[in-house]
Amino acid sequence: MIYEGKQKIWSDYQKEIPDDHYFYVRSCIRQTFFPASEWAFLDITRNKLNKNIFETEHHTTCGGIAYHSDAIPQETVMTIIARQFALMHKYGYENYVCSCITSFGLYCETLESWREFPDLQNKIAENLKKATGLDFAKPKFLVHASDLMYKYKNLIAAQAKFKLVDKNTGKPLRVVEHIGCHYSKMFPSKGVGGAEYPYVLAGMIEAWGGEVVDYPERRHCCGFGFRQYFVQSNRGYSLANTHKKFESMEPYKPDMIITNCPGCPYFMDRWQYVIAETQGKTYGQNGHGIPVFTYEEVAGLVLGYNPWDLGLQTHQVGPEPVLDKMGIHYDPAKKYLGKNGKNIGKPDFVECIK
Amino acid sequence: MNNNVLIIGGGPAGLEAASQLQRLSYNTILIEKTDKLGGHLAKWDRLFPASQPAKEVLDTLLQNVNGVKCFLNTDVNSINVLDKSYNVILSNGITVLADAVLLASGFDLFKAEKKEEYGYGIYDRVITNADLEQYYETKYDSRIQNPKRIGFVHCVGSRDEKVGNLACSKVCCATAVKQACEIKQEFPEAEVYCFYMDLRMFGRNYENLYLKAQKQYDIRFIRGRVSEVSEQQDKTLLVKAEDTLSSKPIKITLDLLVLMAGMRPSEAGEKIGNMLQINKEDDGFFTTKDSVYSLQKSNLPGFFFAGACTGPKTIPDTLHEARSSALEIHEYLVKNFSDKK
Repeated sequence: MIYEGKQKIWSDYQKEIPDDHYFYVRSCIRQTFFPASEWAFLDITRNKLNKNIFETEHHTTCGGIAYHSDAIPQETVMTIIARQFALMHKYGYENYVCSCITSFGLYCETLESWREFPDLQNKIAENLKKATGLDFAKPKFLVHASDLMYKYKNLIAAQAKFKLVDKNTGKPLRVVEHIGCHYSKMFPSKGVGGAEYPYVLAGMIEAWGGEVVDYPERRHCCGFGFRQYFVQSNRGYSLANTHKKFESMEPYKPDMIITNCPGCPYFMDRWQYVIAETQGKTYGQNGHGIPVFTYEEVAGLVLGYNPWDLGLQTHQVGPEPVLDKMGIHYDPAKKYLGKNGKNIGKPDFVECIK
Repeated sequence: MNNNVLIIGGGPAGLEAASQLQRLSYNTILIEKTDKLGGHLAKWDRLFPASQPAKEVLDTLLQNVNGVKCFLNTDVNSINVLDKSYNVILSNGITVLADAVLLASGFDLFKAEKKEEYGYGIYDRVITNADLEQYYETKYDSRIQNPKRIGFVHCVGSRDEKVGNLACSKVCCATAVKQACEIKQEFPEAEVYCFYMDLRMFGRNYENLYLKAQKQYDIRFIRGRVSEVSEQQDKTLLVKAEDTLSSKPIKITLDLLVLMAGMRPSEAGEKIGNMLQINKEDDGFFTTKDSVYSLQKSNLPGFFFAGACTGPKTIPDTLHEARSSALEIHEYLVKNFSDKK
């Protein structure tokens, strides 16, 4: 591997990311899958870094899941998106940051389609006016929330309480970075680092002390792939994809996985349980799975947030091996206690996923 | 003859045209931007279809330009169109008043690192066709360590909308087959695979070379494009492709992958073209006066083309065109400068 070759590609794919003043839109599924990630993003950017990140309860889903499942036509999804952008404009913002990779890809696709086909844009603007009374507007800058975290990676490193370093050996943690397919595979120039060797998460890992693990199936889909999972008869295909990735990364002995997509951490986390249950195979150390994190969760850990406040107890693969290596203190007794101190329920783990 | 003819580019086209124009007794001035004459030919080891040493051809070309004023490391700083001639200021400070200019700026090899999925410049064992020719010549490349499984990827940067080049580079198929046979000679135990879209073995004896590759060297031809390349822990390459004849995806581990980088318009030629507003086609190569009869003429009187600046060509095609260009220039000068005889 020639690291300088990657650096050259990274230098070719640097996108402009404004430093501040963003209109934030949440994902429709992340709050269920990884409930504290979006809270962590807002808390870190607003309260640790003093940035102006605005959100409104009036925004909706982008319509991406319905669109990619062929449940709604493109003009409908574009009108939903036009409404999101119109809300941004209404509240006085020009920079748009979204939590979801699927949304990000769809926003990129929509903006490119409008640029390529002005008549379509005019029609959507008309639809928007008729349906909502809002004025059509487009963001000056569109970024994904991981772009913004990448932008702030050194600010976060400067406030770090913990590093992605094994405190017992002093060696960097070995981190697999998994990028959502819709981040830059469709529009390489819209992602930090391009499509083949994205730098958005690798940059965070490096800045926070870890070592990026490159493995042959790095580019492969996490297994979600919309119809691979939504169509029930295809779910074996979804699992096979995830299995392929884990078989490929296993020899590299990664300590953890970081992702920037709603579906990826979910499937890479949950399918490890299914593989363990059905085949008795685990990919981490000592019969454990490989913990999977969102980038907000990792940023939170680096900044010293309580792991249970970051929602890490909702992961199928327990995060404890990584917490132990980083030297993060946690109270096992409080793992399954909610914010109100009541027990939130404990999942039944299989033996090999400790 | 007292006419000055300036030739821009010291590759095979420029050298052959210079030789011919000198024989016709014109004051021929050849400039070359690098420190060496010969262009890409000087970096090549052997030529298809008969694996003739490139050096033999180059030596002949160089012998024939003895007496031509050659300026190495020289570029065009500016060029102005006068009434019947061109005022050209060179980077070495010399000004040439040329009655005719021949552009022989050739091509640039496609930068293989732009096909990021193939990992050139990132993975240790991915090389280009040009790198392999250098290896054949020098017998050294740290990336080539007794490979047991070798792959060739055709059409890298050619016929590829994604990189903005729809055109065929014409020479890569024959070069790949030639290089595949040569590497089999070098490493007889190796398994060699060629990934191609379709094989364009159009020239005399090319088809024989293709058959020889299969029968004598057991080269395996797989019709399908490589989709991605990854490096494994032991530095071997995991290559994914589609075999379109069997309609199946394939995955193969290789020790060496050779990318057949295609031809792109040269930056040096583009610079001259911009100075004079010379017409270009969508592929970036210069537009000839027509597409059948006047392939050496440009849209400017007294300004001519030879070689790959008007599109990919083989060495024999390039040499033929250089001779044609010399005759076109001769005809033009006789017709327009009878007073200078």
